[in-house]
Amino acid sequence: MTTSPHPPLLSPGYKSTVLRAPRQQPILLPHSLGELTGPVLGEGPVVAGDADLSVDGTAEAQGQRIIVHGQVRDAAGRPVADQLVEVWQANAAGRYLHKWDRHDAPLDPHFAGVGRTMTDAQGRYRFVTVRPGAYPWGNHPNAWRPAHIHFSLFGRAFTQRLVTQMYFPDDPLFAYDPIYNSVPEFARDRLVSAFDLSATVESWALGFRFDIVLSGDSATPMETPA
Amino acid sequence: MTDCTEPRPAQAADHRDGEGQEGMPIGHSSAGPTPSQTVGPYLSIGLTWAEGPYVVAADAPGAVWLRGEIRDGAGEPVPDALVETWQADPEGRFHTPGFRGFGRCATDDDGRWAIRTVKPGPVEGQAPHLAVSVFARGLLHRVVTRVYFADEPQANDADKVLATVPQQRRHTLLAEHDDQGYRFDIRLQGDDETVFFEL
Repeated sequence: MTTSPHPPLLSPGYKSTVLRAPRQQPILLPHSLGELTGPVLGEGPVVAGDADLSVDGTAEAQGQRIIVHGQVRDAAGRPVADQLVEVWQANAAGRYLHKWDRHDAPLDPHFAGVGRTMTDAQGRYRFVTVRPGAYPWGNHPNAWRPAHIHFSLFGRAFTQRLVTQMYFPDDPLFAYDPIYNSVPEFARDRLVSAFDLSATVESWALGFRFDIVLSGDSATPMETPA
Repeated sequence: MTDCTEPRPAQAADHRDGEGQEGMPIGHSSAGPTPSQTVGPYLSIGLTWAEGPYVVAADAPGAVWLRGEIRDGAGEPVPDALVETWQADPEGRFHTPGFRGFGRCATDDDGRWAIRTVKPGPVEGQAPHLAVSVFARGLLHRVVTRVYFADEPQANDADKVLATVPQQRRHTLLAEHDDQGYRFDIRLQGDDETVFFEL
């Protein structure tokens, strides 16, 4: 019996796994210093304004402006402070700014769809963006991905690295999406953000909360949670 | 609008147990680790930086290219993957000032990636190696492997991790030196499938 919240690599409903999921059993790796440490990326890759995807200079992106925020914690519940958070997403029409995305939906000249920020001392992050659209993909007939934002987190150690997707509450496409459903049923709702009235800014933007818990241990001495 | 560092309402500060606390947004469980999801085909939008492949400067002592290609179970190149590396410095130390130790490179249209780095020193008696994460469309979570160096036969023979790998598969973890640096191809599936590790 497994209690892992992570999807199995081979999930045939998501067709791209069939030729890409390794078939040999992975070999258990004892953790040494190389696994229990990880890159300290600091502010290096983050430029001012990177946490606001909704504006390009002074030009506003099209779509419904939203605030996405949350806290990053480790498996013991401790905040993961001062760590890089990366996001990327489709625009409000469901189109990515990428040469391979041929979905017949408009690109937005003022929306690049990429953001970066650092967690604060309490592990909190906050982005301003526009709500991404659902989009079709070729996995099966009439396949549509539920709207989502891609998240990338480093944590404090190589063991804690996580790339995931954040979804929006009550999406009717959940039932049909093999990527969302690749996750064991008990853990699926951890991928779904919550509407957050306390983060909603009057007459400006809806707020959504997405907390992230990283698996894996680290060697770095922990700060006392504030 | 508020700033990320501004104090927040009480329910935002601590709702570790998730349920039953006043003001907790409904429908969001924080009961355990967040599941992984694939990076998808458009990972290069979010996960590439101009300096990503350069762990060290071109003129750093010992700077060398580590490169390879990624192929799937049909032998086809994987053009929508990302390789990340994490390593010690040449003295076997982590987090030394001026040494980031981290590299990342998305694959190109032919499934090729390259990282400019230095060979790490031994760590805790292990042979020189890099920790590697591979992300791709079709990988629902990363796969983890290690780059060892074929030109370190004595250290490799004494390495406790390599000793746990069946002899006939060990070569998949060895980077070979050629006239362009080190080469390390990754085969996700099939004959000569790369050895992957569980953390």
